Amino acid sequence: MEIFYSILPDLIRMVVCAICGAVIVFGNALVMGYAERKLAGHIMFRPGPMEVGPHGIYQLVVDGLKLMGKQLVIPKNADKPLFMLAPLLAFAPVFVPLLVIPFSDKIQGFDHDIGLLVILALASINLLAVLIGGWSSNNKYSLFGAFRAVSQNVAYEIPMLLSLLSIIFMTNTFSLKGVVAAQSPVWFIVIQPLAFLIYLVAIVAETNRAPFDLPEAESELTAGFHTEYSGMSFSLFVLGEYANMFIVSSVATVFFLGGSSGIPLPYFEYSGIIWFLLKVYLLMFFLIWIRWTYPRTRFDQLMNFCWKYLIPFSLVNLLITVVMVKLL
Amino acid sequence: MIVFEYIAEILFYALVCLTFTGGIVAVRAKLLMHAVLGLAATLFGVAGLYFHLGSPFLAMMQILIYVGAVCIIIVMGVMLGNTPDQLAAKNLTGRNLPLALLACLTGFVSLFVATIIRTEFTVATEKVGDMSIEFVGESLLLQYCLAFELISVVLLTAILGAIILARGGREGKTS
Repeated sequence: MEIFYSILPDLIRMVVCAICGAVIVFGNALVMGYAERKLAGHIMFRPGPMEVGPHGIYQLVVDGLKLMGKQLVIPKNADKPLFMLAPLLAFAPVFVPLLVIPFSDKIQGFDHDIGLLVILALASINLLAVLIGGWSSNNKYSLFGAFRAVSQNVAYEIPMLLSLLSIIFMTNTFSLKGVVAAQSPVWFIVIQPLAFLIYLVAIVAETNRAPFDLPEAESELTAGFHTEYSGMSFSLFVLGEYANMFIVSSVATVFFLGGSSGIPLPYFEYSGIIWFLLKVYLLMFFLIWIRWTYPRTRFDQLMNFCWKYLIPFSLVNLLITVVMVKLL
Repeated sequence: MIVFEYIAEILFYALVCLTFTGGIVAVRAKLLMHAVLGLAATLFGVAGLYFHLGSPFLAMMQILIYVGAVCIIIVMGVMLGNTPDQLAAKNLTGRNLPLALLACLTGFVSLFVATIIRTEFTVATEKVGDMSIEFVGESLLLQYCLAFELISVVLLTAILGAIILARGGREGKTS
């Protein structure tokens, strides 16, 4: 019994972290799913979901129930174990990065000096899941979608890392809390506007969203790598995508928008989380906004844009940052 | 705290199992794709072992580079050629089987067991240096600077080779 009491604080911490992670992943998917459809509707001059509940706010709950009830169809010639593994592999790693994100100066799963690396490493597993899903479906559209996903993600990972690296050189730490603490007078968006722009473009490509949604371009590839997925296995991919959006937006908030810093509210110790979520959802709103505003780019344009403009610019930005850090 | 030691022990054996299973799948899978994913599982298990040894930085770099980059590139190469109905031929038949077993055991005994018996393992009473990023970076760029630079020369050669190979193919098509 004594042993139990001695590990109780850690045990409670673990359980709370797990529950909060699940709440964030599913709650974020509900909010974002509704926001995406509603905003898409309003951008196209139509009301969006209106039928279920006032202004259709229960639409996503009903959709979730429908997806849970649907049959999981496995194509006859698919590689069955890998076909089942891919959605799990896309969904499972999204919980770990949530642990290192500092939602406020007091709310964080654990702080470590490899915080950013945890996020980047687990984001790369998502790509492996897309590849496995696309290949094991044994469908030409899925295969093309997976191909596009991998060439696009591998390319856009470079400017993303380089733009974050220029911040890392200024803060001297990978710890996300340290990065937030380093921008107490001015946010890094003021000092590194180019890095912020590059990161913003790169995350649109990394999360496979329009105008860079080539891996699931519905007019060319039906639905890209998840063409053959139905029901819950499809929704695991979608949940993973929304969670990844949340994570990359959180990283942008932490690195460029001052994390949880903001005007402290009276009588509320944890007011940082309100500012943090506000900034994150503003970024996500921006992502939805450009998705429904700009047309899809062509694939060669997409790759040229990355290799000929983003990477050179981010390298120059990194070089200037290093020189400035050394001089100042 | 003893409970955490048990958990760490269980995790260690689970990771060893993952590493070995992945390795066997990588060698014995009928489909090339399964073999590559077995390799990914092995590398993931090794990353877990690094974590268990107290170096989360190495673990994360292992996942980032080997699982996230190397395996994805190999998978992409495999996807260009193979479809799920192309199975590898069975090669462990007839007299190949005893020969293969013999080769495995010889290598295993001579390299693995002999080395393990001869080496005197000293248990570290406390952690040798902190495995923080600062420590890793300083030892890479000061103590092991030559090795670090040589590895980057090898990488540069590989990149140049890749460019030459790719360009050669393209020129052959157009001319």
